[in-house]
Amino acid sequence: MFPYIPATDDDIKYMLEKIGFSSVEDLFTDIPEDLKLKDGLKLDPAKSQLEVEAIVSRLANRNIDASKMPIFLGAGVYDHYIPAVVNHISSRAEFYTAYTPYQPEISQGTLQAIFEYQSMICELTDMDVANASLYDGASALAEAALMAVSVKKRPQVMASSLINPESLTILRTYLESQNIDLVLIPMDQGLTDADYIRDNISEQTAAVIIQSPNFIGYIEDLTQIEEYTHENASLLVMSVDPISLGILKTPGQLGADIAVGEGQSLGNPMNFGGPHLGFMACKNQFIRKMPGRIIGQTEDKEGRRGFVSTLQTREQHIRREKATSNICSNQALNALAASVYLATLGKKGIKEVAEQSWHKAHYAMREITKSGHYSIVYDRPFFKEFPIKSNIDADKIEKSLLESGIIGGYKLKNSLPNLTNAILYCVTEKRSRQEIDRLVTVLEGLR
Amino acid sequence: MKLIEGLYYSKDHEWVKVEGEYATIGITDYAQDSLGDVVYVELPDIDDELDAGDEIGIVESVKAASDIYTPLSGKVVAVNEELVDTPEAINKDPYASWIIKLEISQVEELEKLMTSQEYEAFIKQEG
Amino acid sequence: MTYSRLIFEVSKEGRVGYSLPALDVPIEDIPTSIKRSKDAELPQVSEVDLIRHYTNLSQKNYAVDLGIYPLGSCTMKYNPKINEDMASLAGFAHIHPLQPEETVQGAMELLYKMERLLCEITGMSAYTLQPAAGAQGEAVGLMIIKAYHDSKKDFKRNRIIVPDTAHGTNPATASMVGYKVTEVKSDKEGNVDLEALSQALADDVAALMLTNPSTLGLFESNIKEIADMVHKAGALLYYDGANANAILGITRPGDMGFDVMHLNLHKTFSTPHGGGGPGSGPVGVVKELEDFLPKPVIKKEGDSYSFDYNRPKSIGKVKSFYGNFAVIVKAYSYILTMGAQGLRRVSEIAVLNANYMMKSLLDHYELPYDRTCMHEFVLSKLKDNPNNINTKQIAKRLLDFRLHPPTTYFPLIVSEAMMIEPTETESLESLNTYIDALIRIAKEAIQAPELIKEAPHTTSVKLLDEVKAARKPIVKWTK
Repeated sequence: MFPYIPATDDDIKYMLEKIGFSSVEDLFTDIPEDLKLKDGLKLDPAKSQLEVEAIVSRLANRNIDASKMPIFLGAGVYDHYIPAVVNHISSRAEFYTAYTPYQPEISQGTLQAIFEYQSMICELTDMDVANASLYDGASALAEAALMAVSVKKRPQVMASSLINPESLTILRTYLESQNIDLVLIPMDQGLTDADYIRDNISEQTAAVIIQSPNFIGYIEDLTQIEEYTHENASLLVMSVDPISLGILKTPGQLGADIAVGEGQSLGNPMNFGGPHLGFMACKNQFIRKMPGRIIGQTEDKEGRRGFVSTLQTREQHIRREKATSNICSNQALNALAASVYLATLGKKGIKEVAEQSWHKAHYAMREITKSGHYSIVYDRPFFKEFPIKSNIDADKIEKSLLESGIIGGYKLKNSLPNLTNAILYCVTEKRSRQEIDRLVTVLEGLR
Repeated sequence: MKLIEGLYYSKDHEWVKVEGEYATIGITDYAQDSLGDVVYVELPDIDDELDAGDEIGIVESVKAASDIYTPLSGKVVAVNEELVDTPEAINKDPYASWIIKLEISQVEELEKLMTSQEYEAFIKQEG
Repeated sequence: MTYSRLIFEVSKEGRVGYSLPALDVPIEDIPTSIKRSKDAELPQVSEVDLIRHYTNLSQKNYAVDLGIYPLGSCTMKYNPKINEDMASLAGFAHIHPLQPEETVQGAMELLYKMERLLCEITGMSAYTLQPAAGAQGEAVGLMIIKAYHDSKKDFKRNRIIVPDTAHGTNPATASMVGYKVTEVKSDKEGNVDLEALSQALADDVAALMLTNPSTLGLFESNIKEIADMVHKAGALLYYDGANANAILGITRPGDMGFDVMHLNLHKTFSTPHGGGGPGSGPVGVVKELEDFLPKPVIKKEGDSYSFDYNRPKSIGKVKSFYGNFAVIVKAYSYILTMGAQGLRRVSEIAVLNANYMMKSLLDHYELPYDRTCMHEFVLSKLKDNPNNINTKQIAKRLLDFRLHPPTTYFPLIVSEAMMIEPTETESLESLNTYIDALIRIAKEAIQAPELIKEAPHTTSVKLLDEVKAARKPIVKWTK
């Protein structure tokens, strides 16, 4: 018998009688006989809980996770501290076994939590309005590009080549399917080349998209870029690391029209790449062009505060082929985790996490480059990631670190071919001085 | 359902009032009633050159969104900005809550539109 | 009094809810030129405040773990707990997607095996697990279809056909991928009207998107004819897997003639909906379309697994990394638990439960398509309705019985539609509770209509003003 199917033989018999059928098989007569599976699916027989546990745990144990080795890998997914409360709240069945809040009167828990999430994202990014989250940072970036095209009715976007390469590939896939041109802005000394924007932006350009800190870790200087973009009446889209906003200038301050980012760092485990969440916020005037669900505050008929999905006419179930996007879900549970995370850390904690990451990353950079055998690729402000070059083969470094029980950085030759031996290291607040020193010792031993 | 004599009506439930070379366009009482409480109106830009059948905006309620099409060709000379802040005006008085004013470029297009009697019959047939 | 505070209103200057180790490295100056000008006004709460706040919020939610949730086409089945435990094993939860492949072989093996399982269950030749949800799966499917036609230099195909019963996502996705949409009507049995389909099919059609069973809960018995017609016209056939819970182990989209399909792991394969996500929408294709799948693809050589990014014909990528991995782990555990027999049992009981409910409600509610249904069925208005009670009012009244309403006003071709999908995880007693409530409401509709019109009465908030929310949107807290 199957623990998730309560029907007993007697129940089945009773129900069949009630509906006038003699066997369950007879319920399927609308399916042509020759389409029916004759011998059933070729799968293993059903397994008990203990067997499932054993099989799946064996697979989990074949992996080396961040609890076993310190990890200096970032590149878009980060090993930040997750307060214990986050998992306890998002493991409450009232949250995780609920559906999309279509019936607001019995979904106030989810709706209010997401309203609070939107509020916190607005605070963090200094933007007017935020949506209830999107699939991940990369799809949020792509959706922002589509949104800009729809707002400006212009057929081209310019994107920095220093955007996370995963996101760039996804952006390209989205844009190609809609025949929107993508112009890549080259790099100049570790930053996006503002002059290139000045010289190439045109009345065709709907948006300029910049990531800061950029993929190789550097904090972009937006002053010129913002000016060139807005002089041309294009939208400025910024992709940001939400943790960095504990201390760094916000998209709102820098003049962004749309801010997006990967929200995984906000209380979500790395999960081998998903599920994560993408956040999106924008200026008020674009709210009706923003894709995804939005939760709004209202009142019930007795004047009590309550929350509902609002501006739903943008969504696919009403607008069908005219919708702002085909998205019909958000990453509600991940947004809940992000919300609990931000509330737990609060005003003080988000700053402390950002500051500790900054100090530890800079300590690591100074220690790694101390002996002169390794050097930072460009000497510019960075946040928690920085590229290090040397004349030692990057694969060899990765392997030696792994043998010494350390997961090393991201090999930049995979995505930026002109930085052949460079490695992008990431240091979050979770890394201890001891772990950093151990990394440095192994690196020093390699020369 | 309210109708006003002397206006022209389209199959997409717009009304048209002609004054000299200019036409004022809105949605009919029937249209606002089937939409329900209007919560948002999107307007075109002034000086847009339109062909008959082009989209000129969207009227939205909580559960539906309806595109508005111009029944006449011409240039947009005015849009009713007040609707942006008070979309509910369309529910209260759809014939006073005009959406755009147009400089008519093809006067013969008026012949394709209905009188109030014809429109009344048209609705009966539809509903 | 019900709890009604926002986390910002719980906040008090000076409280903290976290603790970090003291900084153990030297302080490095942060230049003012790059600093934000004022702190983010996030709440300041203790751990106690925080836990009470969210626990109070959670109690304002209805959820599968509280009772039946028969939303049509959403497959709100029970979410087994072992699956949650498996996904949160440290060896899965705390691995980085860019770690050296030799350190994540277990995760890769799981992904590879999951692809093979889904191929067997649906009769497809290959799968990508990358899409984050059904809607993204649809987009991938249509991009693959586009790439296929392009690869044959057949550039004129710019239309997608969908039936008038289709989910709103189908046309939205088609237009997002750059296609025009043609709707074909259903015949009076609720099937795709073959005449209308044949007229719509031409050499500019790229694909027909079909849900089978349809959103009316009916199996498209002409599916073989439809597949032939579509293929003869040079187009492809897309399977929207939203309703796959009806056919597990009974028939397979691959055998029906579908070329591309998506599944919703969060529907058919029991992973929780999370209040609206995360989901997972794997896409399967026939042999001929494998080259177009998103990259990377997992390869197995001997006992070792690797990611293959060298896929020149691939449509690219729609989602970071390898999809919603944790969701995939849960669905994988589910399939292991159920096995071949169990999956078949799922569909048998899902269909039996739906038919039982449908027949039990016939005396009181209109059934526009009176056929044996599959895993769900669609009712229309009350049979005896002197006081003009509508579907929304019935839905709100159900809340008073601590029951979740059905999907309402969908599919669009049925007026006042109520789409009910009980799933296999509801017991006879649970079905009866729901039936009894709907019958009681039918009687109230005659005897006590005000009770229904004023509903809900027992929820933490009463009927909410959606018009107000949409006219002047307030979408964040302000001081």
